[in-house]
Amino acid sequence: MTTTIDLDAPAREPTFVGVSAGRRMKNAGATALVGLAFLIALVPLIWVVYSVLANGAGAVLNSQWWSQSLNGLLARQQGGGAYHAIIGTLFQGLVCAAIATPIGIMVAVYLVEYGGRSRLARATTFMVDILTGVPSIVAALFIYAVWISIFGLGRSALAVSLALVLLMVPVVVRSSEEMLRIVPDDLREASYALGVPKWKTIVKVVIPTALSGMLTGVVLALARVMGETAPVLILVAYAPYINFNIFEGNMASLPLLMTVERNNPTDAGSYRVWGAAITLILIITLFQLLAAFLSKVTAPKTK
Amino acid sequence: MAKRLDLKDVDIYYGKFHAVDGVTLAVPPRSVTAFIGPSGCGKSTVLRTLNRMHEVIPGARVEGEVLLDGEDIYNSAVDPVAVRRTIGMVFQRPNPFPTMSIRDNVVAGLKLQGRRNKAELDETAERALRAANLWNEVKDRLSKPGGGLSGGQQQRLCIARAVAVQPAVLLMDEPCSALDPISTLAIEDLIAELKKDYTIVIVTHNMQQAARVSDQTAFFNLRATGEPGHLVELDDTPKMFSNPTQQATEDYISGRFG
Repeated sequence: MTTTIDLDAPAREPTFVGVSAGRRMKNAGATALVGLAFLIALVPLIWVVYSVLANGAGAVLNSQWWSQSLNGLLARQQGGGAYHAIIGTLFQGLVCAAIATPIGIMVAVYLVEYGGRSRLARATTFMVDILTGVPSIVAALFIYAVWISIFGLGRSALAVSLALVLLMVPVVVRSSEEMLRIVPDDLREASYALGVPKWKTIVKVVIPTALSGMLTGVVLALARVMGETAPVLILVAYAPYINFNIFEGNMASLPLLMTVERNNPTDAGSYRVWGAAITLILIITLFQLLAAFLSKVTAPKTK
Repeated sequence: MAKRLDLKDVDIYYGKFHAVDGVTLAVPPRSVTAFIGPSGCGKSTVLRTLNRMHEVIPGARVEGEVLLDGEDIYNSAVDPVAVRRTIGMVFQRPNPFPTMSIRDNVVAGLKLQGRRNKAELDETAERALRAANLWNEVKDRLSKPGGGLSGGQQQRLCIARAVAVQPAVLLMDEPCSALDPISTLAIEDLIAELKKDYTIVIVTHNMQQAARVSDQTAFFNLRATGEPGHLVELDDTPKMFSNPTQQATEDYISGRFG
C-alpha cells in the first residue's frame, strides 16, 4: 500500500506533543530527591542493626543467655544470661496489656458507638490526645507520686506496668477508634434491621469486623511500651536474679539491665548491654510478626 | 404471618429539618406496595420509619401513628428492637456481614437473638436460601465467606437473611439499584414469590420495576427544594400508570417531570 502525501494540505499542529524538557527535568529532580531521602533514612537503620548484631550476636548465640540470670556473678565475670530480664520485660508488658487493652477498647467503643459529638466524647478525645503526648518519665513520676508517695506502696513491677498502662491506653484508644470508624454503617443497620440490640451488634458484628486492625494496634502498642526505660528506672529496682513476683521486690527488665550494665566498664558489661539490646529488638520484632499474623488470621475473608 | 401497615398523618424530621409532611397510607397484607418519586422526596425516609430505623440517625424523630395490625409501633412502651424483628429490611447496597460464612449470614438474625440449636439453624438457612432462590448456587459452599459472592448473589443473601427471621413485613430500599438486569430479574421474581407470605414495601427509582412488581404504587414528591416531601397519591399500580388522578403523577411517570 502506498501512502500519498497531500502537499497542498495546510500545515497543522500535532494534537499530542512530547513531554517538555522542563517537566522531564523536574521529574528527574523529584525522583532523585525521593530516592536520596529513602537512602538517608535507611543508613541509620542499617547502621543500628549492624552494630547491634556485630556486638551482641555472641551473647544471644550462647544458650546460657536464654536460660540463666546474672545472679552471683561479679561485674567483670563472663557468663550468665538475661533470662531474669526477659521474664521481667514480658511480665511487665503483658500485665500492662491485660489492663490497658480492655480499657482502651472500651473507650474506643464508647467514642465511636455511643459518644457521638457529645461534650463527654469530645472531652475524652481531647484527654486521649494529651495522654498520647505525655513523656514516659512523666507517666512514671505520676505513678510514683500516687502509688508510692500517697498510698505508701513499695516499688514493684506492678507499678511499672501501671505507668506503661498510661502510655499504652491512648495508643490503643486511637488505633481501635480508627478501626471501628471504618466499619461501614451499612453493617450496623443490617444488624439492627434483623432485630439485634445495639450492644449485641457491637459485640457480634462491629468488633469482629474491626478485630484484625484492633489486634494489630494492641500488639504494636505493646511492642512500643516494652522498650520504655523511664518507668523501670523510677518504679522498680534492678535485680540480677529471677523474680516472678510482680507485686513486690526488685525485678530486672531488658531496658533496666542495659542502663545498669552501661556503668560496668568491663568486657562482661559491654557483652551484657549489647546482648540485651539485641534481645529486646528480637522480642519486639517477634511481637510485630505476631501482629501481622493475627491481623491476617482475623481479617474478613472473601474466599 | 403477614400483617397490614397503616400510616396516619406521619411527619418525619431530621433535627429541625421537616423531611416528610403528613403521610397517610395503608399497606394491605400479602401485597407489594411500591414507593416512587424523585430523589430527596422522602420515600426512603418513610420506608425507614416503618421499622424504626429512622431514629438510628441522631436527631431524627417521627410524629403521627404507624400501626402494624392496629398496634402503634411508636408507642413509648414498644421496644424498637422488637419492631425490627417483626419488620425486616433489605438495603440498597448488599451488606452481608464480612466476618461470617454464607450460612452464618443467613441465620445471623436468629443466632444474634440467642438461638443455638444447630439443626434448627441449618434447616432455617436452607429454607431461607431456597426462598431467596440462592440455595442451588451456594449449597456446596455454605461455609465460605458471604463477601465472596457476586453483587446479585449478595443481595439475595441479604434477602435470605431478612426472611430467615420470619418477619411480618419486608421493606426493600432500592434493592436492585446496584445490580445488573439479570440479577434484577432474579430479585423481581423473588418478590413475586415472597408476596405470598409477606407484606412487601419497596422503594424504587425504576418505574418499570414498580409497574412490574407492585400491586399498589405511592408517588411522593416535593413542592419545592427545601420543602418537606409529601405523598401525592396512592392507587392500584395499573391505574397509577395508565390513568392517575393527579397531574403531577402523570407528569412524573410519563417523564415530563420538572
